Amino acid sequence: MPDSHVIASRATRHQVRRRMAATTPVLLALLLLVFVVAVVTFGDRASARMASETLIRVTLVAGFWIFVGNSGVVSFGHAAFACVGAYVSAWTTVAPAMKATLLPGLPALLADARWHVLPASLAAGLAAALLALVTGAAILRLSGIAASIATFAFLAMVNTIWANWTPVTGGTSSVVGLERYVTPWVGLGWAVATLAAAGLYAASASGLALRASREDEVASSASGIDRYRHRLAAYTISAFFCGVGGALMGHYIGVINPDGFYLNLTFLMLAMLVVGGIGSLSGAVVGVLAVSLAVDALVRMEKGVSIGDVTFALPPGSQEILIAAAMILVLIFRPAGLLAGREITLPARWVAGRGASND
Amino acid sequence: MSLQLVFDALSLGGIYAIAALGIALIFGVMNLVNFAHGQFIACSVFALIMPSADAVATMGLGALPAVLLIPAILAFGAGLAVAAEALVFRPLRHASPVALMVASFALGILLQNVLLVAYGGRPKAVSLWPELGSPVAVLSAQVPLLQLLVIAAVVLILAGLALMLKRTRVGLEMRAAAEDFDMARMLGVRANGVISGAFALSGALAAVVALVLVTQTGVADVRMGGQIMLVAFIATVVGGMGSLAGAVAAGLALGAASALLQAFLPVDARPFRDAFLYALVILVLLFRPQGLFASVGAKPRV
Repeated sequence: MPDSHVIASRATRHQVRRRMAATTPVLLALLLLVFVVAVVTFGDRASARMASETLIRVTLVAGFWIFVGNSGVVSFGHAAFACVGAYVSAWTTVAPAMKATLLPGLPALLADARWHVLPASLAAGLAAALLALVTGAAILRLSGIAASIATFAFLAMVNTIWANWTPVTGGTSSVVGLERYVTPWVGLGWAVATLAAAGLYAASASGLALRASREDEVASSASGIDRYRHRLAAYTISAFFCGVGGALMGHYIGVINPDGFYLNLTFLMLAMLVVGGIGSLSGAVVGVLAVSLAVDALVRMEKGVSIGDVTFALPPGSQEILIAAAMILVLIFRPAGLLAGREITLPARWVAGRGASND
Repeated sequence: MSLQLVFDALSLGGIYAIAALGIALIFGVMNLVNFAHGQFIACSVFALIMPSADAVATMGLGALPAVLLIPAILAFGAGLAVAAEALVFRPLRHASPVALMVASFALGILLQNVLLVAYGGRPKAVSLWPELGSPVAVLSAQVPLLQLLVIAAVVLILAGLALMLKRTRVGLEMRAAAEDFDMARMLGVRANGVISGAFALSGALAAVVALVLVTQTGVADVRMGGQIMLVAFIATVVGGMGSLAGAVAAGLALGAASALLQAFLPVDARPFRDAFLYALVILVLLFRPQGLFASVGAKPRV
């Protein structure tokens, strides 16, 4: 019965591939764990802070990837979700006395709120997801490039509102007094949760359908895929984690400001994704690590590095110039990013287990 | 009052139209969504003054008499855009539109930070042709001379551009390239020539916007290109990506909508004018996702 043999071995190959895909988030989480342990054990306080910041960025960028990676639509709007998340967390956790002076226009429910940080970060994610559901319902009906531009308009819209709605957001002046609870371990927890969600979504039927529509819009809709619905699902999930990431950013620095969640953050998130490679989750994580290390080195050089008697310092702003130049070079010479769309997985024979055919 | 509003709407819309045209031209010939256009505008503004971190700017190019200054700054804008094309976009010619868009965003950030390093982050006072702010009586309205000049310049530029596109060989090649780039090349249109030409034109249009902005506001700010670029983008989307006439019409419409919102929104809501504008656009797109004046090439064919 040669036919059934072929079908059986194909099914197992498919199973092997699914198991391999499932190892990706696990391996990435282990990579991050090793990174945290190394930094906490061998590094100083500055490097511990760098590690927390990097893990927050992993949360943001892996969340960002859930939409961009699977749909192939570049979004410029995800920094706005981080902005909303950060403010929701501030509204619910900052001491009421502080809020009364900084944000007199808050409704009583929020003005008196003094939540624990965990429900606050969940609320941050949910608020961002809700906003994504509402705005995505409009934006995602557009075709690829026009949708990207509309997300840009959305980002500018949120920034305009946040910078001018002074009684509730504090306007362009900063909101201070956020509890600085983000240690590398907190960052690791959320980063791993995001990786798990990203892995699950990518492996889900919706993720597969969305990637099919990314590869060929016409063929996928001919196969009965409702691109809009899957895009909206990915957009909403993705916004949840960007909202959480924003809340973490706020609680990492302790001070938030609408301009902290505008073009520079958008640029940084995009740069990380492009450098690592938009096509894979591993690319997103590798991109965050590579760009974060580069940014850290450049920030140190902007502060000044002494070589012998000569102190050598880059002018402020050169960090962005060099990262932007690196991003353009990656786009020209390695358009698919460092990982070129591949995932980090265990080799096939390790996950094949018993009963797998040897072809 | 109402006549005043008409002039406001026309001059603002005219500027938006010129900026949108700069973006639509490039999208037309190479499907590039050029997020660096706003920085072309900002760089042209800063080219007027000497690099320093002072609050009041010392004029560099801006000290020239207008007869020399205008061609010089137009040439600067064109040169910058052509250089950007040669260094960044030419190596990416065969990349996907998404990669091109991301590259242009990175280029915009790069240029913005170059300005930041050279000039510092604080906005600077620049007084270029302050006498143009003096009001002139037109019928019942007092209109700043600058507004009249802007409206006249926009009409001249649009007419000149239309003539160029319709009557000259370069214009014919550009329209052909916008219609179907590969076909145009097969029929003997030089790709590099047309694309460089489109970038030069787009850069010169950015310089026009820069001159008007700096005369109007009297400020040079590293961030000044961003807002107008966004409106220009929205105009190109609303006008139907790649349609030049659509971009101009949508630019004028957005200028009018902006002036109307500014005049008729309640005072408390005025700071949110731009937010209303962007929301309005997303609403329009919900009903006409291909834009109001979709070009034939906008919808992919199977």
